[in-house]
Amino acid sequence: MRRRNQRLIMIAIAAAVLVAAISLTLVGLRSSVVYFVKPSDLAEKAQAGRRIRLGGLVVEGTLQRTGTVAQFSVTDGATIVQVRYDGLLPDLFREGQGVVAEGTWAPGEAFAAERVLAKHDENYMPREVTEALKQDGEWRGGRPP
Amino acid sequence: MITEIGAFAAALALALSLLQGVLGIAAPRSDANSAVIRVASLAGALLVAIAFAALIVAFVRSDFSLAVVAAHSHTDKPLMYKIAGAWGNHEGSMLLWCLVSALFAAALAWRRGAQDEGLWRRAVGVQGFVTAGALIYTLFLSNPFARLDPAPMQGAGLNPLLQDPALAAHPPMLYLGYVGLSVPFSLALAALIEGRADQNWAKALRPWTLAAWTCLTLGIGLGSYWAYYELGWGGWWFWDPVENASFMPWLAACALVHSAIVTERRGSFAGWTVLLAIIGFGLALLGTFLVRSGVLTSVHAFAVDPRRGIAVLVLLALALGAGFGLYGWRARTLGRASGFAAVSRESMLLWNNYGLAVAAGIVLIGTLYPMLVEAFGGGLISVGPPFFNATVAPLLAALFLVLPFGPMLTWRVGDLAAAARVLWPALAAALVTLVVTLIVSQWRAAPAIGLAIGVWLVVGGLIYLWARLRRGEGGLLRKLALLPLAVWSMSAAHIGAGVLTIGAVGETGFRSERAAALAAGESVEFAGRRVTLLEIGASEGPNYSATRADFRVERGGEVRTVSAERRFYPTAAAPTTEVGILSDLDGDLYLALGEPAERGSAAWIVRLYYNPLVQFIFYGVLLMTLGGALSLLALLRRRGEA
Repeated sequence: MRRRNQRLIMIAIAAAVLVAAISLTLVGLRSSVVYFVKPSDLAEKAQAGRRIRLGGLVVEGTLQRTGTVAQFSVTDGATIVQVRYDGLLPDLFREGQGVVAEGTWAPGEAFAAERVLAKHDENYMPREVTEALKQDGEWRGGRPP
Repeated sequence: MITEIGAFAAALALALSLLQGVLGIAAPRSDANSAVIRVASLAGALLVAIAFAALIVAFVRSDFSLAVVAAHSHTDKPLMYKIAGAWGNHEGSMLLWCLVSALFAAALAWRRGAQDEGLWRRAVGVQGFVTAGALIYTLFLSNPFARLDPAPMQGAGLNPLLQDPALAAHPPMLYLGYVGLSVPFSLALAALIEGRADQNWAKALRPWTLAAWTCLTLGIGLGSYWAYYELGWGGWWFWDPVENASFMPWLAACALVHSAIVTERRGSFAGWTVLLAIIGFGLALLGTFLVRSGVLTSVHAFAVDPRRGIAVLVLLALALGAGFGLYGWRARTLGRASGFAAVSRESMLLWNNYGLAVAAGIVLIGTLYPMLVEAFGGGLISVGPPFFNATVAPLLAALFLVLPFGPMLTWRVGDLAAAARVLWPALAAALVTLVVTLIVSQWRAAPAIGLAIGVWLVVGGLIYLWARLRRGEGGLLRKLALLPLAVWSMSAAHIGAGVLTIGAVGETGFRSERAAALAAGESVEFAGRRVTLLEIGASEGPNYSATRADFRVERGGEVRTVSAERRFYPTAAAPTTEVGILSDLDGDLYLALGEPAERGSAAWIVRLYYNPLVQFIFYGVLLMTLGGALSLLALLRRRGEA
């Protein structure tokens, strides 16, 4: 094979790889991105079967356990949403504090969490939660309550 | 007093590194100037070392008049973690960054080797400015020597999650890698200023790149291992933006390790190697920005001061501006290209670089996309594992398909058919793996392909070793002894990549988990094992108290015990999880203890994970690290002979 043809083949393979990579990226960004939603927007933004992140404060006195299943309510000050999670809550999970639950929701049911994230240490709070609370004027600045 | 000496030493080091930079780049060439550059770099490194030692002393003596010590230490902490506390926080870790940069500048200044005088001086000069930039940032925006008045009686303690041996070593290794990439950057800028990137230049570049890559590999591996056994979620890689921040420079460094080989051996790819060195350091700085600026939601994002983020962005803009500007202006002056065929060692290394660069681009897009969407008012989103698994994994799979051919082909023109004739057992092993996994997993294609590719890499690497061995003379022992270090190192790294692939695919594709509420004496069937909670009770550690659960695990006729804990550190508000892990060749049984199932109940929630092949991930990382270290040894030994 002539050197010129060889170079053309290499360029063609490189272009094909690039096109494939770009298409995968675009499709991935459309389908695998997880949106963050606060309880008030849940009904409007949730689609059946699509993963979302729900963030807010755990309502005091709502945590109930039955075997390995934990149920609690999350609020942004306006709306309260029931969350159901089968598994270990993170070490830093507390009533009255910020939490992010990742999972799916359908109207009339509790939010089915597959993962629950709490703040990682006493100075840190999921940023999504801070944003949601700030928007609603619930944020009191500095350390979370 | 020691603190003042530390602060003063750091300030003096800043002046010396600026002097080193100005003399290296702008001053006329003379023996006197070169001597001053050497002395300034060495003195600068010593001074930063004194400053860092002063900070460690402050931590060891629990001097709470220092703001960082008060915020991150405690008198009850074990000595090892007092020392590690010096870099377990933002300010101290930035001083460590400066220390590594200054040490590398001194090493660069004192080990000229075969390098051309002009290139050497420019490189040392650029490295001086890199150190100066880091010192300016540290002293003016995150000063570890800032005082508190009045000093508190007790410190706030180090986050208990971070009191761990793997995590004490994780930041220094990563920093060695990040800052290690500043040396190739300095050499690249020097090449552009001088208008030359020849084979001697590449020879000087390679050990630094390899060292940076090796440290990054081990540093990322340690972080991943820590996350696996400490966080209690059973996972080892979360595609968290902070992990991506270290993965991008790793990909760039991996590409650079390979392209520098071509530049040294064949004189080709010079312009690309220079560009890659600039991009690699740019990604390392971007990583620092992502971690330190607080723009991310993460365990690592401890600095939430917007000025710091902006300052790192300014440093990033300066470095990339200088790099890309010089590149655009001078790239044409760099070395000549020598031709090669579509099937040759060069083309294989080209594909390696192409694949790694595209992978780094995808990770960059996935990491920055949420920030861009938020900045343009598109709401809060997160890009998680599904995105990266769907994009990066197929790309790496394609890259790994061609990898075993690379070492088999000769420079300029390679013989694909001959390579394929040698590699067929690897292909056969991969196909067997594919079919068996498909049947066992009931036709799950993705993990089956992944495992097959891992086997293809491992067997392909072994075949290469065997082919090289057969070429030698004498008995087997003599052949083994005569095999060049470079062959061992490359094989170890490539086989390591295969072992890592097997572990990663096995864990991601076939893990299982369940939660159970267990009282003492109760048991549960899980992953072919019978797990019984023997007893649960209180236990005491040096600076914590714990609830401890002992389990009995029966598998076949074999009985073993393992325990898991929940620890309460009085200095921290929340408990931490200490998981119990039982490792077998086929995978890990991983037990995490939760809270009582219900108020007043004797049952506790236990989460059980079965992580098949997970240990292979860490063995793979170790093999790759070993490969990097051996290769570095080979390069340094060769340099000693020259």
